[in-house]
Amino acid sequence: MDLDGTEVQRAVAATARKFAVERAGPAAARADREARFPEELVRELGQLGLLAVNVPAAHGGSEAGAVAYAMAVMEIAWADCSLAVTMAVTNMVGETIARFGTEEQKARCLPRLASGEWLAGSFGLSEPQAGSDPNSMSTRADLRGDRWVLNGSKQWITSGDRAGVVIVWARTDVRAGNRGITAFLVEGGTPGLGVGRHEEKMGIRSSSTVSLVLEDCEVPASAVLGDLGHGLRVALAALDGGRIGIASQATGTLRAALDASCRYARERHAFGKPISEFQAIAFALADMRTAHDAARLMTLRAAALKEAGRPFGQEAAMAKLFASEAAQVAASKAVQIHGGYGYIDEFPVERLLRDARVQTIYEGTSEIQRLVIARHVLSQGG
Amino acid sequence: MDIQLTEEQHQVRELCRQFADSELRPNARRWDVDHQFPADAVKKLAEMGLMGVAIPAELGGAGMDNVSYAVAMEEISRGCAGTGVIMSVNNSLYCDPVYKFGTPEQKLDFLIPFARGERLGAFALTEPTSGSDAAEMRTVAVKKGNEYVLNGTKNFITNGPQADVVLVFAVTDRSKGHRGTSAFLVPGSVKGFTRSKADEKVGIRASGSCTLFFEDVVLPERFRLGGEGEGFKVAMQTLDGGRIGIAAQALGIAQAAYEEAVAYAKERKAFGQPITQFQAIQFMLADMATEIEAARLLVWRAAWMKDRGIRHSAESAMAKLYASEMCERVTSKAIQVHGGYGYVKEYDVERHWRDSRITEIYEGTSEIQRLVIAANVLKG
Repeated sequence: MDLDGTEVQRAVAATARKFAVERAGPAAARADREARFPEELVRELGQLGLLAVNVPAAHGGSEAGAVAYAMAVMEIAWADCSLAVTMAVTNMVGETIARFGTEEQKARCLPRLASGEWLAGSFGLSEPQAGSDPNSMSTRADLRGDRWVLNGSKQWITSGDRAGVVIVWARTDVRAGNRGITAFLVEGGTPGLGVGRHEEKMGIRSSSTVSLVLEDCEVPASAVLGDLGHGLRVALAALDGGRIGIASQATGTLRAALDASCRYARERHAFGKPISEFQAIAFALADMRTAHDAARLMTLRAAALKEAGRPFGQEAAMAKLFASEAAQVAASKAVQIHGGYGYIDEFPVERLLRDARVQTIYEGTSEIQRLVIARHVLSQGG
Repeated sequence: MDIQLTEEQHQVRELCRQFADSELRPNARRWDVDHQFPADAVKKLAEMGLMGVAIPAELGGAGMDNVSYAVAMEEISRGCAGTGVIMSVNNSLYCDPVYKFGTPEQKLDFLIPFARGERLGAFALTEPTSGSDAAEMRTVAVKKGNEYVLNGTKNFITNGPQADVVLVFAVTDRSKGHRGTSAFLVPGSVKGFTRSKADEKVGIRASGSCTLFFEDVVLPERFRLGGEGEGFKVAMQTLDGGRIGIAAQALGIAQAAYEEAVAYAKERKAFGQPITQFQAIQFMLADMATEIEAARLLVWRAAWMKDRGIRHSAESAMAKLYASEMCERVTSKAIQVHGGYGYVKEYDVERHWRDSRITEIYEGTSEIQRLVIAANVLKG
């Protein structure tokens, strides 16, 4: 057991921390209000190596591992959840290409994703009528000569309008069910790939969420990512890792709620003393801290298992479920501690509450996490 | 970053699990009903080195680390929570402070036989009118020459009915507040030391607790543990470790209830299918498993910090707070999964639920843990 982390892990976390304090934090409230994608900050993340933390150095990544990645997301989310999710999705796309891509695909995509030359990578799995159940996916890809033609629409695509590359899942064999789904790399600007609606979200507002429309979008055979018909395997592997990203984001949110609450509770006086001296407030802080530490440990554990090449699906689902539910409770408590000030945008906690709300929904709802965990639990016999 | 057990720690887990399955689980229900101290099982724990897990071998212990201790506590408590607390008190609340604060002579008499498990120790801080607030302590030790005269009453003392020596806290200088208490090693045989009959408890009924009375008990100076006035420090540092033990106990109780809930749910059918097919049941099991894992990691972290000599008061408090409250939730859900069968003694989950309740109370209530954590949070 070693809970200190390696030098590399601590260095990556420190880099992310410095950026969070100096750059991301001060800009977060305004970016949220204006729902403005922070292009410059994203490029800076690229320069710091934070857009491809767990991607091999040979392809331009930082090659710092899954634990360092989780620690970095926690720090960025502490300052700005929107930026953290933008960062997390690009990292996830990079990792997925690094794992399943051909040498050619890796050489083309990874350096551009890692450096921030491409502002983002996107993950095109969800559809208007198919979220947690990819089996009901209706986007299709038909072979015409040696090219695939994609038609359909994708929903809730983070950074979809900014992406240099989108991983798009489509049916390549309509009769093969789950085994007829294939992943494709579709580059931004490909004719037939259109950006639909920009979603107006309650939280993570400075991240971009759009729908994508594929209309006779033609890609070469070399755009297939992984094996034909094995797209779901690619998606599930990516999502296991993606859940560590969201668990990290939620853990950072929780920490931000705790820190803001501590600061406020020490300053705010009532009945002649700081409200931190009332047990009703102090005990809420104690519960937030306990939940934070548990969430952090679960997240880092899942990341450490992933890094060691061991199974981590159950641990990632547990971390994601626990951290996201705890972040929501903590953000709500933080608003309560701030009283009326918690309800206005002068303090960060109302934003945290809005940002936390999505964490129990995306990259697998809490219900999906529980299904995953229950499946593991019941197959192990306890 | 490495959040896994080492090979050795894993072996401790396996060994303790086998012992719990063969020696504790089959008997725990009977010990609970009869309120019976499991003397034979405690003897076997001693043979396995589990009564002084983290005490060096040359002082009678097993010479293992505190993560191993936490793992062992979880597994033993999974078999029988009452046996778990007997072990926890001897390890954490008795051997640990004697090891840390004892003189070489004291370690010979007061540590080695206890770490070996030949004799049993207890820890007496709580009084009828002072629990979490040690400043209200009434028990006094008045110095007369080279001796102290001890007077007072201690209650809810786990292992009290069986203990060969009790670590007793008493006021030696009322004017100095917390710095005016001292710790004493009080053999059960001394004149003026008597015990009540055992308490009738809701749970952990295989362990005994009782009230201890000290009437003009004369103690030589060499029975004082640590310096005069150091009693509060001894007590608080001891409880930092003790809380890891209780957190691990809560973890073991929850794990037992959870495993039984999974097994029952797989067998029980309703509306034509096993109840594991219903999301209401699946999701309860998923939440139980998740919360148990969260608690386990908090426990391991606190133990790991103790092994490294890092101050771990807040981390022990978090482990104890979360694990104990988790335990009550999980054992209650285990009853729910069992339906009516969860409410009768034909199954063990009702016992687990009763056993869980004390973990939120002893060695610092949940409220005291939150005070410790909040102080740490607000300091930072």
